[in-house]
Amino acid sequence: MTWVLVAVLAVPAVGAVFRSRAVAAGAAAIAFLLSVALATGRSDGGLTGPIRPWHQLDVSWVPGLNLRFHLGVDGISYPLVVLTTLLTLLCCVYLLWTDGDGTLAALLLVIEVGIVGVFLALDLVLFFVFFEIVLLPMYAVIAGWGGAGRRPAARKFVLYTLFGSVLLLVGVFVVVSRAGTADLVVLSAQHMLPADTQLAAFILLSIAFAVKSPLWPLHTWLPDAHTEAPTVGSVILAGVLLKMGTYGLLRVAVGVLPDGARRVAPVLGVLAVTAILVGGLVCLAQTELKRLIAYSSVGHMGFVLLGIATLTATGFEAALIGNVAHGIITGLLFFLAGAIKDRTHTGDLSELGGLRETAPYLSGILGYAAIASLGLPGLAGFWGEAFAVIAALRRGGPLWTVLAVLAALGGALAAAYFLRLLYRVTHGAARPAVVGIGEPVPGELVAWAPLVVLALAVGLVPALVLGVAQTAVQVMAP
Amino acid sequence: MNGVLAGALPAVPLLVALVGLLLPLRARRTAAALGIAGAAVALADAVALAARVKSPTTGGWRLVDFGGGLVVHVSYLLTPAAAVVAVAVGTVALAVQVYSVSYLHDDGRYPPYAAQVSLFTAAMLLVVVSGDLILLLVGWEVMGICSYLLIGHDRTLPEAPAAAVKAFVVTRLGDVGFLLGIALLALAGHSFDVATAGARPATIPALLLLAGVAGKSAQFPLHTWLPDAMAGPTPISALIHAATMVAAGVYVVARLYGVFTPVALAVLGVIAAVTMLLGALAATAQLDIKRVLAWSTVSQVAYMAGGLAVGVPAAALFHLLTHAAFKALLFLAAGAVIHAVGSNLMTRMGGLRAAMPVTFWSMTVGLGALAGLPPLSGFFSKDQILAGAWGAVRHAGPAPRWVAVVVLLAGLATVAVTGWYATRLWLRVFFGPLLGAAHDPPALMGWPIILLAVPSALLGLVVQFAGTFPGLDWLSIGALLLAVAGGAGAWRLWRRGADAVPAVLANAFYLDDVQDALVVRPTLALASAVRRADESLVDGAVEGTGGGALGLGALVARWHRAALPRAATAVLGGALLIGIAAIVLVGLR
Repeated sequence: MTWVLVAVLAVPAVGAVFRSRAVAAGAAAIAFLLSVALATGRSDGGLTGPIRPWHQLDVSWVPGLNLRFHLGVDGISYPLVVLTTLLTLLCCVYLLWTDGDGTLAALLLVIEVGIVGVFLALDLVLFFVFFEIVLLPMYAVIAGWGGAGRRPAARKFVLYTLFGSVLLLVGVFVVVSRAGTADLVVLSAQHMLPADTQLAAFILLSIAFAVKSPLWPLHTWLPDAHTEAPTVGSVILAGVLLKMGTYGLLRVAVGVLPDGARRVAPVLGVLAVTAILVGGLVCLAQTELKRLIAYSSVGHMGFVLLGIATLTATGFEAALIGNVAHGIITGLLFFLAGAIKDRTHTGDLSELGGLRETAPYLSGILGYAAIASLGLPGLAGFWGEAFAVIAALRRGGPLWTVLAVLAALGGALAAAYFLRLLYRVTHGAARPAVVGIGEPVPGELVAWAPLVVLALAVGLVPALVLGVAQTAVQVMAP
Repeated sequence: MNGVLAGALPAVPLLVALVGLLLPLRARRTAAALGIAGAAVALADAVALAARVKSPTTGGWRLVDFGGGLVVHVSYLLTPAAAVVAVAVGTVALAVQVYSVSYLHDDGRYPPYAAQVSLFTAAMLLVVVSGDLILLLVGWEVMGICSYLLIGHDRTLPEAPAAAVKAFVVTRLGDVGFLLGIALLALAGHSFDVATAGARPATIPALLLLAGVAGKSAQFPLHTWLPDAMAGPTPISALIHAATMVAAGVYVVARLYGVFTPVALAVLGVIAAVTMLLGALAATAQLDIKRVLAWSTVSQVAYMAGGLAVGVPAAALFHLLTHAAFKALLFLAAGAVIHAVGSNLMTRMGGLRAAMPVTFWSMTVGLGALAGLPPLSGFFSKDQILAGAWGAVRHAGPAPRWVAVVVLLAGLATVAVTGWYATRLWLRVFFGPLLGAAHDPPALMGWPIILLAVPSALLGLVVQFAGTFPGLDWLSIGALLLAVAGGAGAWRLWRRGADAVPAVLANAFYLDDVQDALVVRPTLALASAVRRADESLVDGAVEGTGGGALGLGALVARWHRAALPRAATAVLGGALLIGIAAIVLVGLR
């Protein structure tokens, strides 16, 4: 199966060369099927550490620097890999059907290579390399195909995340030079760094990942980037790019530096809950459709980070399913916001209104996505948020109890702002902007339907995500 | 077999709902047939369970493991009470589905409506049979979102969308407590099992659960959504008020009764006492027929909560069942009146007795049951709660004695007020001069009303003679006298052509304004402030860093722009400095 690990990276990389929508869709489809196939033949290979890849590939890469090309997949990375290949496939299909640009599709494939690489890398330096591969194509996607304010937004995105990357680089080299190895499997199993080094490295790495996730107060690149990016760019940004941050925090920062994590966790928890509340409140006062969804991501990722910050198996599982659910639901929301903005040429909530009068099906799907995103039990968003709260309560003590209560209140806030969104966009009399707009076309439906189905399926059967992850999470929880 | 029946109870309406949501908007007949079939199967299933289940049975399988003993199961816990409540849910759901076909005959979007009613039914049945707290929460909140969708269904009513949002947000606020309560119960007992968790007394989780219960069951101070929810189509009001949603809170307290400590029951008792009087008094001053019934629901559900507080959960469930019958009947009959008159306002009604005989007699039964007149159902169930309170006053129940006194006094006062507003509604709608032509509803609306009149009239008598409850005593006679006195008061006022609608009661003590001033507006103001701060401070710092770097760069660039003499001097000066530094450093070494 090791060839699949390479193929899942190579196929999109080769597909990108052709700069054609059809080739891109084909390559994305193959990559998706390959990534799904990674779940076959699972075994822990006799490993006993916290990372027990089902399949791995470990070859020397730059012998002089002792760098290795080490890839592997386990229960924590697998759901995110599949989510990435799925969302890329849906975006490529969407571009194919809606007369998108071939170069844009090719850039999506390059981004896919980077993100999947991040999830598969088991070598810290390789992880860093993949982490950086994503940056420039995403810059190009925003700057080339975005909205009116695309250039400043793209610049802010690239500079802000580069700032994070510098810290990541420093953190990576602190760890690698002190430990003498960059192998994540070894690093997470042996914890050979002294406590103070761990603390320093953890702070560096967690700031870097906090920029990507994003964690309040390092989030302000996100609303601009999401708002100005083209539809497929927003979907990939919110759907999977942010997950590189939370995945890195869990796998690298917490996995390699557990002592550092224990000392910083309360700070992370406080910031995560602040993100939940600030994100919710800003959404309640927000007047632009895509900005609102972008800020809701800040809140949702706050729940994921809270789950990680609890450092419990419950919290890790909540974070994992929260990641996947957010990818599915917010991906769908950005598809819908894009569809609405393309049709009405405005995202201003005061100009929208009465969508259910003129486009009942579009309005119905938007309602479904909003309800899923506010964390309704029975849909995918519920598990991550509810169990992040439960994990915080499980930690006990005054701090974590207060954090749990505030996070739960943030859940109620999500209901308020999403229903306000629906109230402004779908209800009431039809405003001029929505009169005469069309219902979803087949290409859109094909791209949305899998996300609609998955939001319900993961909601009803969370084991779809957590079933494969359980062992991996439980062996890594300190 | 019980497992299959229990699983099918929520699963069948759920499947029907999912299929219904995918139907095209024009597929009216298919949607109606599906909805009715789903409710009918659920009802038959519930009846079969009621006949089979004699003692608690449980079963299920593991859904997902969240570590630390937090395993979520798909499981059921069947008890005789659960089966009986399921029958009530099925009955009301079926009546609503049939009635809606005719009531919404010109609705352009019937399939999603019927599907949402099915989903609502499925969610309530899930709450009823669930053996797992998380699964219960799923049903609990899905019900909330269905109420949101259905209250906002009418696209011609400008107030409907806001009422829908209010209903969900207020109940969701209560559900924050509900989730935390469930979490604490599960963490203490290492299990989400309803039977296990429901048997362990714990004050704080119980109080947190009460927040959710107050939201769902429209109890003070989270009752404000219910009267506004009247913007929903009338059959939806029947569904929400009778057997689902508001009943869910009471049912869940009865199901998790072991959790409730004396302190928690005392809080529940005080809430119940306040709510029952508040609701009844507000009902006396409404002009909209549906709002009278809505406030009466607030007040009647508080009776059930009072029964729970004084330690007679069986009596509370008894009242839940009779109330389900007569309140569904009242709403559907009110819908028939509204349908005939074309208005919700009682000022536009009057003298309909002769024109709408079927509606008149059914509604008379319903109002009599509400007011507690023998031998109608409400008389028996309400008296069991009052008797329970009296018993708790004399022998001390699970809650402190003063709570029982408060509940008993509030209950008796409410009986009189209930008699007043029921009579007022009856007189204003059916007596006096006829204001226009009207006629009884078509068969599809008429039959559900007539069939619901049967349990409204007889259910109390049947249960009483089955010997489940103790007989009646002087308290019943006292309560009856109070009800009659209240009715007589309303009659005297009506005969003089007068009506008492004090503004403070018509506006329900201005609690909506209080809520607006204390919660809604501060939250919105905070939201605007946070947004401004986020944009100008947090993002301002980021933009400022960028701007600062650019400015610094420009400054440095300006320094480097120099004419040849100064540039040459600078280069030579620099070389000199480096040279000196080198000599000094070498010299020092």
